[in-house]
Amino acid sequence: MGKFIRLKKGFNINLAGKAAPKISEPEIADTFVIKPTDFQGTYMPKPVVKEGDIVRAGTALFHDKRHENVMYTAPVSGEIVEIKRGEKRKLLEVKILADKKMEYESFRKYSVSEINNLPVSEIKNQILKSGVWPNFIQRPFGVIADPSATPKAIHVSAFDTSPLAADYSLIFKGQDQFFQVGIDILKKLTSGAVHVNVHSTSEISTVFSQVKGAELNKFSGPHPAGNVGVQIHHIDPINKGDLVWTINPIGVIQIGKLFINGVYDASRIVALVGPEVQNPQYYKTYTGSAINKIVKGNLKNDHVRYISGNALTGSNIGASGHLGFFDHQLTILEEGDKYEFLGWITPSPKKLSFHRAFGLLSFLSPNKEYALNTNVHGEPRAFVQTGVFEKVLPMDILPTHLIKSILAEDIDEMEALGIYEVVEEDFALCEFVDVSKHNVQEILRDGIELLQNS
Amino acid sequence: MKFLRDQLDHLKHNFEKGGKWEKFYFAYEAFDTFLFVPNSTTEGKGVQVRDAIDLKRLMMTVIIAMVPCLLFGIWNVGEQHFLAIGQAATLSEKIGVGLMKVVPIIIVSYAVGLGIEFVFSTIRKHPVNEGFLVTGMLIPLVMPPDVPLWQVALATIFAVIIGKEAFGGTGMNVLNVALTARAFLYFAYPTDISGEVWTYLGDGAKTVAGYSGATPLAIAAQSTGNVVNDLNTFGTGWADGIYSLKNLFLGVMPGCIGETSTLMCLIGGLILVLTGVGSWKIIFSVFAGAFGMGLFLNAVGTNPFTQLPAYYHLVVGGLAFGAVFMATDPVTAAQTETGKWIYGFLIGIFTVLIRVFNPAYPEGIMLAILLMNVFAPLIDYFVVNANKKRRLQRATV
Repeated sequence: MGKFIRLKKGFNINLAGKAAPKISEPEIADTFVIKPTDFQGTYMPKPVVKEGDIVRAGTALFHDKRHENVMYTAPVSGEIVEIKRGEKRKLLEVKILADKKMEYESFRKYSVSEINNLPVSEIKNQILKSGVWPNFIQRPFGVIADPSATPKAIHVSAFDTSPLAADYSLIFKGQDQFFQVGIDILKKLTSGAVHVNVHSTSEISTVFSQVKGAELNKFSGPHPAGNVGVQIHHIDPINKGDLVWTINPIGVIQIGKLFINGVYDASRIVALVGPEVQNPQYYKTYTGSAINKIVKGNLKNDHVRYISGNALTGSNIGASGHLGFFDHQLTILEEGDKYEFLGWITPSPKKLSFHRAFGLLSFLSPNKEYALNTNVHGEPRAFVQTGVFEKVLPMDILPTHLIKSILAEDIDEMEALGIYEVVEEDFALCEFVDVSKHNVQEILRDGIELLQNS
Repeated sequence: MKFLRDQLDHLKHNFEKGGKWEKFYFAYEAFDTFLFVPNSTTEGKGVQVRDAIDLKRLMMTVIIAMVPCLLFGIWNVGEQHFLAIGQAATLSEKIGVGLMKVVPIIIVSYAVGLGIEFVFSTIRKHPVNEGFLVTGMLIPLVMPPDVPLWQVALATIFAVIIGKEAFGGTGMNVLNVALTARAFLYFAYPTDISGEVWTYLGDGAKTVAGYSGATPLAIAAQSTGNVVNDLNTFGTGWADGIYSLKNLFLGVMPGCIGETSTLMCLIGGLILVLTGVGSWKIIFSVFAGAFGMGLFLNAVGTNPFTQLPAYYHLVVGGLAFGAVFMATDPVTAAQTETGKWIYGFLIGIFTVLIRVFNPAYPEGIMLAILLMNVFAPLIDYFVVNANKKRRLQRATV
């Protein structure tokens, strides 16, 4: 039986522009992009296609030097129109001009009874070459999983508590069979348990609640309760030398589809959300989709930021950008590049803060929705206030001390303070509430990379 | 506002890289960001929205919390002045005398301190931190009303340079800056900061018959009989009941400008706790530590001071002011939540210990906080180690 864990620490950022439960299927986007930079830990990715090549969904685009058998494949069929490189010829993007009619690379199909008797090597082989493998993230470090390893457990967070997150029970509706097959396959890849973690207060989709063969754990509490790292900490923490994998439900479903239907199905439902969206709702598209057709005619003004992902961990991709590999949402925020006269002291009911210092009134109305913009609201300063990070991280970890040990590049101290258990998203709220406006997530990633390369 | 913004933008390029006043960029930045919150936006990766708080607002909240102490202090300086010279005076006359004494001290403290901040930010090329906005107000509040202005200036210079900049600037100082200023005066000019300094008498003014400027702590330290009796009978004839328990709580008595009134400190403390800016754990545990130590001494002590009822320790001297405004300084206090309990509790204990057993220094809170400032990293060290150990033990299971 699974555990029930109540979390108290954290903070929900109530942004305006929550998606209505309505799914539209717009015309398929013109272009799709797979960005090697979305995948932490890839080393010198190398394309295996050329501009002008014709690809099908599931055709390999590139692989990296560290794990050459992990294929990063095309989400849709079409023509390779651009292989974009940056400084030192670093591979940045592979762009596909999509066909109107989708064609799939065919992989082997299996019946449910065959799957139960499949050897692990054959399972891995199929997942690796299809392009589904990069859904596996390895902890520590939050990098693409090493195919030769066997993790002590695999964790699936089946809910997202980040700002304006997509509702998993909606976007994965009706995928029960594929999810179950995916879980059956995950069980073969780990020496321990497969954990499916759900939120206790919201209605749990049958996709997750009826799953067999996995531990079903329940969590309650504000963000970051939905972060898989926080969940692992409370179920079965990562110690030095441990290896744990995490995977989003969409990865589990893609594995199921791969083995049942024999295709790499990169279709996904994304939420278009944010205070600047006229009618926030869901759209059906594919991984790496261009966003222009999704947002067209649905914005309140054009001085906005297009964010693939949520407002805490997302990336600014611009109006002509493409969704990131792991993202289920596109958040639109107003750019906050305006000066504010004496804005550091004037009280305002429009400002959202975790704090209650003079003039910050948002604690009085916890359920109010806020139309926040991207302004920093202050300047970078020395670390002064203490005890705030600790209030938004529901883990037995001392965030201030960990961040300071990273700044001091003290590897032993970083290890002792628990850096193996965290990735950027776990510290995103620390960055949000920081009085001194440090880039906490960036500092943490620097620390992780320092440790990895040591 | 647009005019002001345009003027600042017009000037800005002079201070930016390559401009003729490039060196003074951070001085310009301090003024600019004081007037306008900058138009900077979040970076492309990471948080896309930021909390509305910044260091200026945080510091401003502390200053607002000090306002009750300041206003009361200004009035009280006048009140004590007329009480000592035995003249009746109106409210505005009292406030007038108070302003005359207090405002110059505030101006000197801010001018000297901010001047040093600007110089160091220019030399070191770092932004001017807003921390001194609080320190600059704390220093006057812990000064005696009759302190010479040059001593205020000297103490501020010492505190900011030796107490803070020598350690790397804001956020890295070991000792509370305002208390360092106070301690500097205490040890550099011991004769000037004892005796009659607690009341402003005026040049050549005659004091009322029976007048004495002794503070409650001095009376308690010199007492040979019952301390409470001595306190209650003090001031008979010219200021009846000035050291009664009630008046010790209200604070209408001689002392440092801002720290006589326990009531005003508690109001300030309430503001800090409700806004979450000051740690309630520290404030509460300082009082708890002092009260606990008071009780302990009542039980085992032999000299008259040890027999002072424990609750008296909470209202005499600067305990309340120190607990609320000095001990809670996040930079110099313990930084772990468990550490804050220990830190506050020890401050309370040491305050009473120093008061009762060290006749040379009647005011214990200042030394107790400075002492614990030094030990705060050690307390944190043990708390952090306990956290590490929990992780290690888990690994072996």
